[in-house]
Amino acid sequence: MADNRMSMRTPLSRVQGLGASGHGVEHWWLQRLTAIANIPLIIAFVLIVAALAGSSYDEAIALISHPLIAIILALAVLSVCLHMRLGMQVIIEDYVHDTGPRLAALIANNFYAAVVAIACLYAILKVSLGRILV
Amino acid sequence: MAEVKVTPRPLSPHLQVYRWTWTMAMSVFHRVTGTGLYIGIALFAIWLVALAAGPQTFDAVQWFFGSPIGLLILFGYTWVLMHHMLGGVRHLVWDTGRGMEPGERMNMARFTLIGSITLTVAIWLVAFLLF
Repeated sequence: MADNRMSMRTPLSRVQGLGASGHGVEHWWLQRLTAIANIPLIIAFVLIVAALAGSSYDEAIALISHPLIAIILALAVLSVCLHMRLGMQVIIEDYVHDTGPRLAALIANNFYAAVVAIACLYAILKVSLGRILV
Repeated sequence: MAEVKVTPRPLSPHLQVYRWTWTMAMSVFHRVTGTGLYIGIALFAIWLVALAAGPQTFDAVQWFFGSPIGLLILFGYTWVLMHHMLGGVRHLVWDTGRGMEPGERMNMARFTLIGSITLTVAIWLVAFLLF
């Protein structure tokens, strides 16, 4: 507000069109983009998991290492982890008001999403490539 | 400027003040189910990492998911997943500017719940019959 005395421009005119740092729509857009991607990927995911019910180790390896299944699962993991990270960020921003806990929660949210994504992708790749290399 | 008088600002009414409606309940459900999925995906990560770790770890984890508690968790997770998916579709419809009328809103909210239960039962029936 101190700047206001130096400039004839109103605060509104100085921020108009900038959004939040000029890219405010990114969060909203990525949430929708991943939501749309999630629909077919989750339907496929549910079918894959249903097919895995009660399977033995060898059967599970054979299914997960199939290229089509591995690619669909990897895409699902990526899309879901991006989507859930954005969703949880909004929930934290809505309900955690104190700066310290809010910052801690936002950091934890990013770390959790990254750990889940990397763990799943690594496991999918190891199972798939392990079969090729052996 | 003269000294600023700090008067307590009025607070907006809290949740318990409102009469519960379908749209409000489904809005709350969307966040709750989203949080449930957020936590629950760790189970899938554990399952995958166990598969990558080897037969012994995998058998232990697979045993857990086949146990009554494991099956209950999976059944609940299926419903939560279907509910969040249909709720999300509802939001995508709203993003196009459609479905905002009172009757439409209520019907879509009801459909979310009825649809998610129907889909969950259908998925488990198919899973038991086919696999």
